[in-house]
Amino acid sequence: MVFFLSFVIFLIGLYCVITKKNLLKIVMGIVIMEYAVNFFLVLLGYRKAGVAPIVVEGARKANFVDPLPQAMVLTAIVISIATLAFIVAMCIRIYEKYHTFDVTEIRRLKG
Amino acid sequence: MWEIYALAILMIVGSIVAVQTRYLLSAVISLAVVGLALCVAFLYLQAPDCAITQIVVEVIALVILIRATGIEKDLSEIKGRREIFALVSVIIFIVVFAAFAFRALSLLPEFGSPVMKVAKEYIEKGLEQTGSANLVTSVLLDFRAYDTLGEATVLFTSILGAIVVLREIGRKHR
Amino acid sequence: MSPLKQKEKGMTNIVKIVAKFVSPPIVLFGIYMVLHGHLTPGGGFPGGVIVASAFILLILAFGREMASQKLKLSTASTLESIGALIFLSLALIGIAAGGWFFFNFLPKGEPLRILSAGFIPLANIGIGLKVSGGIFAVFVTLIMFRITTGKGGR
Repeated sequence: MVFFLSFVIFLIGLYCVITKKNLLKIVMGIVIMEYAVNFFLVLLGYRKAGVAPIVVEGARKANFVDPLPQAMVLTAIVISIATLAFIVAMCIRIYEKYHTFDVTEIRRLKG
Repeated sequence: MWEIYALAILMIVGSIVAVQTRYLLSAVISLAVVGLALCVAFLYLQAPDCAITQIVVEVIALVILIRATGIEKDLSEIKGRREIFALVSVIIFIVVFAAFAFRALSLLPEFGSPVMKVAKEYIEKGLEQTGSANLVTSVLLDFRAYDTLGEATVLFTSILGAIVVLREIGRKHR
Repeated sequence: MSPLKQKEKGMTNIVKIVAKFVSPPIVLFGIYMVLHGHLTPGGGFPGGVIVASAFILLILAFGREMASQKLKLSTASTLESIGALIFLSLALIGIAAGGWFFFNFLPKGEPLRILSAGFIPLANIGIGLKVSGGIFAVFVTLIMFRITTGKGGR
């Protein structure tokens, strides 16, 4: 059931990317989709009554949660900031050329 | 685990507000609320590495987005013709997608008991084979270090692309 | 003229003084998180972003011109490349020493000490330099771009 809630967040981001006309709203939809996917991956690795996968002095072998999805999500979060910077750089260039953020206008004025 | 359900519902409400509101600055602030709820959800799911990275990266993303929305003054939603056909078809597609996903997601292993075939090896042999107490770091930088090299390459390339796109003077005009 | 005296650039005086005092502890905390990546949660990635955010705070408090005088883009770019080269050379030394890519060639040591876990602290330092240089470079690029002709460009 929790998996389906994370998928609903993904669907809200997808709706925003498909139907909105402002370029920056589309970028926010992409960010919402990234949050939803990271949430889903960490949900997959949770173990009931588990602890964080860090070995401390007293407990060498406790009931750890799965460390593999956490490593993947760490990578994904850092990559998402780099691609967000690239997308925003392109949006600023598009604004400089067309002086609008409207997607329908940008499609019409070619070249 | 009612906390995770409550945080997921908060994230849904925050993202609906971010999608539907007219002003872009309010949308960016709702996005911040979604990211903060995600960070607290990571803490409840016993993932402190991901929580630290999420909150720090989200602050930088907010700064970048506020720089982008501050270009045109007093942004509001662009009003055009309401395209009824496009809206209805998108909603039908989303409902069909959600139905198939609900069927597929109910076939996953139950929440709280993952399969963990490979991770059992990493947990048992991680401390003695790598010597690091943080198992996530040992997975990132020793067992799966090739993926970290790939990620460093993606970071480098996309930052290079962003700098090249916004370059003002060419190399000849020096 | 010192940056504090330029009243019309950047934010008010209180913000400038507080940013000047708070930035070095933030850099220190970021370096602590990078170096203790194999003992506590964190590691190279969040530590590098924290170091970058200290410099971002300085630019936000003191205005755009400080980015062209003191905190330059070329320095951040060089740091990023050095970090990437450190990480790559650690991987290549593994081929020479043990036989496969990313072979852990330094001794393991006893656990829960800072000088343990092979080359993982060195790899964390390389990743930390790379991420901090990269995030700061892309932020300066986005800030320094002025939109010509017309409104905007704040």
